[in-house]
Amino acid sequence: MAANPLIQGPTTPAELLLRDVHVLDPRADLDARHDVLVRGGLIAELGEPGAIDGPEGIETVEGAGRRLLPAFVDPHVHLRTPGQEHKEDLETGTRAAAAGGFGAVIAMPNTDPVIDSAPLLGSLRDAAAREARVPVGFLAAITRGLAGEELTEMAELREQGALGFTDDGRPVSSAGMLRKALQYQRLCGGVISLHEEDPTLSHGGSMREGAVSAALGIGGIPTVSESTMVARDAELAMYEQARVHFQHLSCAASVQAVAHARAAGGRISAEVTPHHLLLTDESVRGLDTRMKMNPPLAGETDHQALIAGLRDGTIDCVATDHAPHAREEKEVPFEQAPMGTTGLETAFAALYTGLVLPGELSLALLVQRMTAGAALFELPTPTIAMGEPANLTLVDLDAELLAGERGWESRSENCCFAGRRLHGRVLLTLAAGAIVYRERVFSVVAA
Amino acid sequence: MNHLLSIEDLDREAIERIVSQAARFAEVSDREIKKVPALRGRMVLNLFYEASTRTRSSFELAAKRLSADVVNFAVNGSSVEKGESLKDTVLTLSAHKPDAIVLRTPWAGASELVSRWCSAAIVNAGDGKHEHPTQALLDVYTLRERLGGIDGASIWIVGDVAHSRVARSNIIAFQRMGARVTVAGPPTLIPREIDALGCDVRYTLDELGTADVVYALRMQRERMHETWVPSLREYASWYQINGRRLSPRQVLMHPGPVNRGVELSGEVVDSPQAVIAEQVQAGVVVRMAVLYELLAGSGMRPQGASPGSAGARVPRPVPEPQLA
Repeated sequence: MAANPLIQGPTTPAELLLRDVHVLDPRADLDARHDVLVRGGLIAELGEPGAIDGPEGIETVEGAGRRLLPAFVDPHVHLRTPGQEHKEDLETGTRAAAAGGFGAVIAMPNTDPVIDSAPLLGSLRDAAAREARVPVGFLAAITRGLAGEELTEMAELREQGALGFTDDGRPVSSAGMLRKALQYQRLCGGVISLHEEDPTLSHGGSMREGAVSAALGIGGIPTVSESTMVARDAELAMYEQARVHFQHLSCAASVQAVAHARAAGGRISAEVTPHHLLLTDESVRGLDTRMKMNPPLAGETDHQALIAGLRDGTIDCVATDHAPHAREEKEVPFEQAPMGTTGLETAFAALYTGLVLPGELSLALLVQRMTAGAALFELPTPTIAMGEPANLTLVDLDAELLAGERGWESRSENCCFAGRRLHGRVLLTLAAGAIVYRERVFSVVAA
Repeated sequence: MNHLLSIEDLDREAIERIVSQAARFAEVSDREIKKVPALRGRMVLNLFYEASTRTRSSFELAAKRLSADVVNFAVNGSSVEKGESLKDTVLTLSAHKPDAIVLRTPWAGASELVSRWCSAAIVNAGDGKHEHPTQALLDVYTLRERLGGIDGASIWIVGDVAHSRVARSNIIAFQRMGARVTVAGPPTLIPREIDALGCDVRYTLDELGTADVVYALRMQRERMHETWVPSLREYASWYQINGRRLSPRQVLMHPGPVNRGVELSGEVVDSPQAVIAEQVQAGVVVRMAVLYELLAGSGMRPQGASPGSAGARVPRPVPEPQLA
């Protein structure tokens, strides 16, 4: 692969002393209070609290035991550029990522036009090199125009820096077409990332089929719309020994299909979103369009299976599927509204509040799952160790916030967690060695 | 009561209050001058995003018999066809300060949305496949007139339950009034887990004889295009309510318009068991009662209640949500 897959706008390498922070990085086996010195954007020193004297005049952050985590990586966001900048653009989307503690994101190609040719990807990467606050990687389309009929020039797209391929937003309905993409992967590499849905089963649906959809009279999308496709494509991937990633799992049967394929030796990974981990179709009863997403919010049994899958590792990572939509697009009756919720700015706090505080998941495991997306797409995993680039997130676990109380960094406000009281405020984010976000009221003390 | 958005919002007492008020208004309909001055000077706006003759004219008649002014706003030929959103249409029409908006749309939850955008009383006259609360009220009224009461009655709702807002509102209303409800129809047209609403589910009419009331739903011809059922012929042979299936002691209901020869045979439509015409008559008096309840009744709105400005957004108390 020729190009560096991650692109970031111009930054200044950080010079920073993080004093007395509680460093938690499960991969580095770190879970204790330390001083962390960042010089020239690299982690220069890790020491006992109070042990490091930074150079004269270096900015010092008094951590007071707040958690310092490796910055999160989101393998699934929609930055809506090009063509839908009224929803989000590279700058606002990556600002939202930084505010959520993310040090890298991977953008989906279902833009207008679709990212299905190397020149298009090239110009998008040029724009990212000017505008992206945190490093962005891009997936390109599997089929031209997401139409499911012709393969994109995958090899050339890879040379232009595509991390992999997806028709996200739509499934690759034709097994034959997907098989060709999986075969072609042997030439060009790159993960094939799959949005699983059988349109003949999901047709006419706006939410998960079940008691709630029956009561509301809203067309239901059955779980088998997803799980039959996961099972089909896991089989195809194993047959072709291909590397596939399943996006936003939403039901128990999909989790089982992934577990089954992995046990059989499949090179398979999977993600789940914060909203599928924390909400159920009961949240749709009020017909709030922020609760409309694809795949739809699951019933309680499936919801529990997703948490269990994330805990036991069947599901490798968390991905937000950050899907911004303009206010006027969402301020319509439920059935007319586009699918999607924003998620970058609330992911950590929502998961910490909804899973870690009640004891469903340890904080260390949550951090692991919120950073695991990097390796799945062959990117370096943010690690807190000497000599590593500073990809760091400082969070105050005790600080309460009302989601959205101070507005959003994202251009859009369609967040399913808006108005919820959450714990776990992101105070500071460093991505690829640069400070990309500071909590506005969080004071930093110059020495 | 500020709005009538869903039959869910009415407890048994509220349903009985409206139905009793409707009975009092029925007396007005028999007079030579069919009008009372209860809502003189009030404005009722009919905003219909779907074709509807009977529901719209029923509301219009109801408002006029209460001496209200009525404005009909049909979407055909309006600014809506020029791309105006529901919100902007409602804000624009709200500038005329209607006291009530009667809203019919093809979208679930639209009337609740509209209730947040303006301060008029909103009457849901059908929102997608979700609800049609005034239909449920008039059906309760009709049955009460015919049977005296519906406590303990067995009511079968037969046909295309999946696409029927009437079915959903009536399942709730009939049960709230003490009836036992069974839904029956082809498995493709009975929503999965509909029994969570408390009704029984049957896929044949084998036990139809146990019903006191048979409520047939309209079988829409457009359902054929998506092969919900193989043919109208097969549908009729399995689910048509006809002289062979309907027993003399049963009451037959239908929300109209009827497809003779499909869900109902001609002879049962014309039979004395059918109360279809009574349902239409009940429509007017029940809608009078609803408008009266909203604009002048026990849940009386303050005089001159109207939006502070066309764009005024009425904040709703939002309960703090809990993470699942």
